[in-house]
Amino acid sequence: MSDHNYVPSTKLGKWFNDRLPLLSLSEHLREYPTPKNLNYWWTFGGILTFCLIAQIVTGIVLAMHYVAQADLAFESVEHIMRDVNYGWLIRYIHANGSSMFFLAVYIHIFRSLYYGSHKSPREVIWILGMMIYFLMMMTAFMGYVLPWGQMSFWAATVITNLFSAVPLIGESITNWLWGGFAVDSPTLTRFYALHFLFPFLILGLVILHIWALHIPGNNNPVGIDVKKPSKDTVPFHPYIVIKDLFALLVFLTLFAFFVFYSPNLLGHPDNYIEANPLVTPTHIVPEWYLLPFYAILRSIPDKLLGVVAMFASIFVLVILPWLDTSKIRSAVFRPLYKQFYWILVLDVLVLGYMGALPPEGIYLLIARIATAYYFIHFLVILPVLGFKEKTIPLPLSISEPVLNESHEVVNNNKMSTE
Amino acid sequence: MSDPKKPKRRDFLFTASYTIGAVGVGAAVWPLIDQMNPDASVKALASTEVDISSVEPGKSITVLWRGKPVFIKRRTEEEIAEARAVKLDELKHPEKDEDRAKNPEWLVMLGICTHLGCVPLGDKGDYNGWFCPCHGSHYDTSGRIRKGPAPVNMEIPKYEFVNSNTIKIG
Amino acid sequence: MKFFFKTIFILFILFTFSNQKIEAGENNKELLKVDWSFKGLFGKFDRASLQRGYQVYTEVCASCHSMKLLSYRNLAEKGGPEFSEDQAKAIASNFELRDGPNSDGEMFTRSAKLSDKFVKPYQNIEEAKALNGGAYPPDMSVLVKARSGGADYIYSVLVGYDDPPSDVTIDDGVYYNTYMIGNKIMMPNPLSEGLVEYTDGTKATEEQMAKDVTTFLAWAAEPHLEARHRIGFKAILYLIILTILAYFSMKKIWSRIESKV
Repeated sequence: MSDHNYVPSTKLGKWFNDRLPLLSLSEHLREYPTPKNLNYWWTFGGILTFCLIAQIVTGIVLAMHYVAQADLAFESVEHIMRDVNYGWLIRYIHANGSSMFFLAVYIHIFRSLYYGSHKSPREVIWILGMMIYFLMMMTAFMGYVLPWGQMSFWAATVITNLFSAVPLIGESITNWLWGGFAVDSPTLTRFYALHFLFPFLILGLVILHIWALHIPGNNNPVGIDVKKPSKDTVPFHPYIVIKDLFALLVFLTLFAFFVFYSPNLLGHPDNYIEANPLVTPTHIVPEWYLLPFYAILRSIPDKLLGVVAMFASIFVLVILPWLDTSKIRSAVFRPLYKQFYWILVLDVLVLGYMGALPPEGIYLLIARIATAYYFIHFLVILPVLGFKEKTIPLPLSISEPVLNESHEVVNNNKMSTE
Repeated sequence: MSDPKKPKRRDFLFTASYTIGAVGVGAAVWPLIDQMNPDASVKALASTEVDISSVEPGKSITVLWRGKPVFIKRRTEEEIAEARAVKLDELKHPEKDEDRAKNPEWLVMLGICTHLGCVPLGDKGDYNGWFCPCHGSHYDTSGRIRKGPAPVNMEIPKYEFVNSNTIKIG
Repeated sequence: MKFFFKTIFILFILFTFSNQKIEAGENNKELLKVDWSFKGLFGKFDRASLQRGYQVYTEVCASCHSMKLLSYRNLAEKGGPEFSEDQAKAIASNFELRDGPNSDGEMFTRSAKLSDKFVKPYQNIEEAKALNGGAYPPDMSVLVKARSGGADYIYSVLVGYDDPPSDVTIDDGVYYNTYMIGNKIMMPNPLSEGLVEYTDGTKATEEQMAKDVTTFLAWAAEPHLEARHRIGFKAILYLIILTILAYFSMKKIWSRIESKV
């Protein structure tokens, strides 16, 4: 790689670079050899970086006007919406931004599952990603509490009550979380402090995530190792930069549509009713991006086991690199895995849908089957598939003619050059 | 690459993209800056009405306007005479008392030292007006700077007499 | 490009689902659909309707329902009813509120100013409940956003009073409403033909008043809606242009290494 022996052209640049090699870093980022067959599903890393920065910037701005106190929180949010210059715009970007962030992160995760990006040698990237995802959920949940509407209050109550399932010390934990005997002003203030802190932890993890990525380099749709640099790679700048920018702009157009024309579509009307500890709304639903986990939680009839199942559903993702025993990365060469992959996608969508419906009758049954399948996929199907599946032979390199003609590969190559 | 016209069109394309992109970034940054400006509810408090019927001659009241203290002083005949007797060339910041107090009995001014923003004390200092304890600026009975580091006289806000008992500031 | 069709298709499915969820879960009868002027890409409020709506609010609703997030100055602000500043001042001066303490340490009543919030009909929720048979008339500042169905729902409830079907028994002090969730409402039918006398001569039918006051409430809940639509259209147009430019720039750049673009 060229960045190891990079020497700045100016004297000052060299002086500085010897002391802090920022210029080497920037040169590394420019030259970073990237497989040239990456398709558009690979642009979501850049989109996610944008989302994080946009959330942090708009969040800091909102923090300048928000008051984290139970009697004032709801009105201070309305003050932002009504009186602060462009306050409505900034808040709507922040609120819809969290949905867009999760939309992008789900695509990013499922891209990884499809092309086997979580496998050796990229396990650490994957685990860092899962940590980011987990922190994102915590951050989003606490952010949802801040407007102190009915959904905020009852979401906080329900989620913190999960910890009361812990045997013996459950009640002590919830009281400790609340700073009282129910969700109230102290809870709101600490959630606010943590909601402010966590994005910066995420930012730190993102830097590690990218650092870890730059050690083995990107996976690619074919899933085989590429020589770097070679005729199979392109420098990150300008090829990948412009492609990421184009995809980001398409994404932003969708984002803008939500912000300007349906800013409350993804929210819940009840959150425009001020929090009232005496009345629970008829249906409590979390934000859409947490629905699958909510469905898993509710599908288990036992309180403690429900909580355990919910956390386990995230934990199986963390250990996924060792559950997926196949040596072949890309689903393109795994005809059976490909089918199971799409069943999993469907399964998660069904779980999400069930999470929004009341847990009764047929809905509960469907949710239970979907929950069971979710765990079977990761704990049974994936380990077995690695041994049993007959895979399609891999090509020698991403630009060599494909040995065993596969429609999908041709397709992917074409998409990358669009 | 062999076609000499091609690079030109490419340049135009890139220039257009950069320019339009930069305009967009600028437009997106403005709301983030403007949000720190005084908001609509703050601006709405731009004027305040004060009842001055209970102020005795020689006394003053201090009211809050836009988060700043405003001195409303009902001056005695002597104080008015003292303020008007001063020659303009003796002043660091020459202003006629007639211009500062339209109704000579009432002096309405921002109670903020023009040096670094402290609130001066009343009936103090070498000129029987105000004295700023922070860095020792002396103001006369018209609120004009006479001695000390302050560069200009204390500011007169926009105000009007709604009726003989009420002043509207702002 | 296949990619984008796929994405859009998936999104489409997701959002149809999420919409159905709300509709299926909460409404008993399909709401009346009104062709609101503030819907759509360039939607704006009907000024005259907003002004009439304020009249209905203040003469009919305000005796029970507060709007504590609004200030009298909002009535003169751009994108709202746009009363002149003098009109808004005159409106404000009709209301009295407690202020103080004055220099003697006593509270006093004064007439409202532009910067004041709308004067509330009750001191607190407890008083409101005590005077309304235990039901708290909700604050209406963001009511339109706080009900699924939004403006259509509010309008439907206002005109949805009816005699209960024979199989439904209704207690005293409770009324039957076709569109209210659960069909039972503690508020008696607030509107009747000719209840207010519109200053602009519009005939005050029940539907007209319901429409006007709902428009007013929709504005109250989302006072910057017009600015949002105006800026939104420009922003999206801009993004589309820049996307096209980025697309061709991308093709140009990639053409350096790929013969086939």
